[in-house]
Amino acid sequence: MNVLNFINSFFSDNAHWQGYDGIPTRVGEHIQYTLMALGIAAAVGLPVGLLTGHTGRGGNTLALIATSARALPSFGLMVLMFILLGLGMAPVMIPLVVLAIPPILVTTYEAMRSVDPAPVDAARGMGMAETAVLFRVELPVALPLILSGLRSAAIQIVSTATIAAYVSFGGLGRYIIDGLYQRNYEKVVGGATLVAAMALTTLGLFWAVGRLAVSPGVRRRSAGGAAG
Amino acid sequence: MSELFDLPSDLQNSYFGLVALHLREALIPVLVGLLVALPVAQLCVRLRWLYAPVLWVTTVLYAIPSLAFFVILIDYTGLSELTVMIPLAVYSLVVLVPAIVDGVRSVPQETLAAATAMGFGPVRRYVQVQLPIAAPAIIAGLRVASVSSVSLVSVGMLIGNEGALGNLLNSGLTYNQPRLIWLSVVGTAVLALLVDAALIGLRVLLTPWMPRATRKNDARTLAVKEAAR
Amino acid sequence: MIRIDSVTKRYPDGTVAVDRLSLEIPDRSITVLVGPSGCGKTTTLRMINRMVEPSEGTILIDGVDSRQQPVNTLRRSMGYVIQNAGLFQHRTILDNIATVPRMLGWGKEKSRSRARELMERVGLDATLAKRYPYQLSGGQQQRVGVARALAADPPVLLMDEPFSAVDPVVRKGLQDELLRIQEELGKTIVFVTHDIDEAVKLGTMVAVMRTGGKLAQFAPPAELLSRPADAFVEDFLGADRGIRRLSFFPSAGLDLLTAPIVAVDATAEQITAAGAADTPYLLVTDADGRPLGWSEPRDLTAGEITADRLLPYGRPFVAVTDSLRAALDCAVLSPTGWAVAVDTSGRATGVVPQQAIGEAIRGAHAQTAADEARDAEPDEDGKAQKVAP
Repeated sequence: MNVLNFINSFFSDNAHWQGYDGIPTRVGEHIQYTLMALGIAAAVGLPVGLLTGHTGRGGNTLALIATSARALPSFGLMVLMFILLGLGMAPVMIPLVVLAIPPILVTTYEAMRSVDPAPVDAARGMGMAETAVLFRVELPVALPLILSGLRSAAIQIVSTATIAAYVSFGGLGRYIIDGLYQRNYEKVVGGATLVAAMALTTLGLFWAVGRLAVSPGVRRRSAGGAAG
Repeated sequence: MSELFDLPSDLQNSYFGLVALHLREALIPVLVGLLVALPVAQLCVRLRWLYAPVLWVTTVLYAIPSLAFFVILIDYTGLSELTVMIPLAVYSLVVLVPAIVDGVRSVPQETLAAATAMGFGPVRRYVQVQLPIAAPAIIAGLRVASVSSVSLVSVGMLIGNEGALGNLLNSGLTYNQPRLIWLSVVGTAVLALLVDAALIGLRVLLTPWMPRATRKNDARTLAVKEAAR
Repeated sequence: MIRIDSVTKRYPDGTVAVDRLSLEIPDRSITVLVGPSGCGKTTTLRMINRMVEPSEGTILIDGVDSRQQPVNTLRRSMGYVIQNAGLFQHRTILDNIATVPRMLGWGKEKSRSRARELMERVGLDATLAKRYPYQLSGGQQQRVGVARALAADPPVLLMDEPFSAVDPVVRKGLQDELLRIQEELGKTIVFVTHDIDEAVKLGTMVAVMRTGGKLAQFAPPAELLSRPADAFVEDFLGADRGIRRLSFFPSAGLDLLTAPIVAVDATAEQITAAGAADTPYLLVTDADGRPLGWSEPRDLTAGEITADRLLPYGRPFVAVTDSLRAALDCAVLSPTGWAVAVDTSGRATGVVPQQAIGEAIRGAHAQTAADEARDAEPDEDGKAQKVAP
């Protein structure tokens, strides 16, 4: 099968392992874009989702924002930002952040809403302060779902960050775009394999974080809802 | 005013021609995805053990970037619409299978027992009881699949101008005409919202038995599932 | 003492959940708020720890307005138990119970050892300490809920339909356990339920509330059963309140006959002697004195008595400690119409006919009527002593 041959020859070519277009550099760039976009999206989405979910207000507004954000085409948005803002990090970050915010925001909101109200009532009745109710009672229970929102955001960013190459940026998309123009399918397949591998690594990382951060008492209960 | 929608001649299409093309390239894959997803989902409902591995496979498939998917397919299907539509069908499948499985599983056991007791055969029970009750979940899945499909078609521009409205991005850059890029982005977004709204309308039509408030709530719970993809 | 002083709760939409309610909740006893759904009983309870703020009126805790102290200080001084327990699913049983002590700044070890102590107190096996809530049955979870509320040893315990979600057998166990714990700890407990039987069983005082948040009657359970204030309370109490009321009359006054009891290995003379009691039936016991069944005197022949030919004796009552209700129940269950009294180890201590129980009931009613006539408004001290049903 030629895809496998492509993969094999791409990774066995020494030239692909060094220099500014080497695999380590490109993977590093891709990770950088991903972490930046995920960081910004989480910095916006998590607090807003936690707060609106905790108070139960603004759910409809959130749904509206999420639907609108989802409707924006990432690729087109990037090109648009590129001509508006010129060459720079912003045209790449904006579409990635717009892409990542809906899953984080909506899932966090829903995760907080779906927390059983009885323990929350019990916690308040015991005289627990409101911030403690949020962070010690609701958050631990909502955590698996919140993580799943972050996870799907991360995976979408990893896969979409490839388009950055179209506006002269690096990352793994470089191989795909360059390979496309050079009719070098070996490069395309190699790049695609790397992106897929990174997405799977991301899945694995989130699984590990879930194992470490989620209490066994919660993990067991939400085992059925881990679908992604 | 008519100049607003004027396109360079090398696109060989009018703006609304591109819109129609965009819709076709985006929605046919969703339809195909749905047709494949229904039996696969039913199989997963029947054979519980199958669901976990199927989920894993779909998650992995979803992790392949669309651009890479397109490019790899060029080798098999050439620079054609099909090359764009096959990955979109796969993504739709990936979104729809869990949505349908969750929807069908959400049908209360008592309802199924009652249907069986009334003498419904398995096929009849599936078509007349399970599918209608699962309809909101299935449509929620369709919403996610079609919105992301509409957005992703644009990327097809990179493989021999098969991106419908996405092709305007390339022209805009080549001829340095921001208007064309605006037309592409706004057009795609409006298209996505319209398809989304149409599907919401379809759900309201299909599920008159759902109380308004619940429907709203339900839409929100479904929103999580959508977002969690 | 908790004093609810003409408290009203009105919601922004105009609904009145509680309407000018006044109640004095006695210390170190169980006060039950009972009524149909929507009567404001839970709202009343939640106003005590300010989960709901009253619109009008005041709630005094030991004479001090509950709004005088910070709300969380107030809540930490009251245990709070809710339906389905509301356990923290991400914490172990031990850490669930240790929640309030930890909030009050006790050390981790001290809190945990206190939690262990409480697990034992509420009848939870120590091996459950490291488990998570999902690994426990509903009844066990509810015990954890009670232990968690008691952890910081608060003087007050607020319980909101705590046992409503468990099955009847488990519920009875939890109720008995609560009464036992209360006997040991003597907390001031406010208990909300919609189940009048639970109210009558647990309450020292029972407040019956009606829809619209009004108090219908506030009385000890025996008085509630004997003198419902109005048609609503009477209806709410149900059809057999006369029988249930007998739970409050002790069986101590019954004259127990010992003559008509013969052992299974009785001699001919003993049978003749027992027959001389001139009762229609004789109770046959085993060699240890435990009842086996009834027989007519002429059917008994020394050395040939077999248990399978005897008439059933129903369910014996424990003399003195059981109520007249148990005695009557025993008499009704036996085809002979006679009740068997036993001691705590199950040995027969005497028998009594239905007629005698009937006379005892009439006597008890007359006595109550006389008591009530003496102090027209009987207070807490005047109420009939409750005995096990």
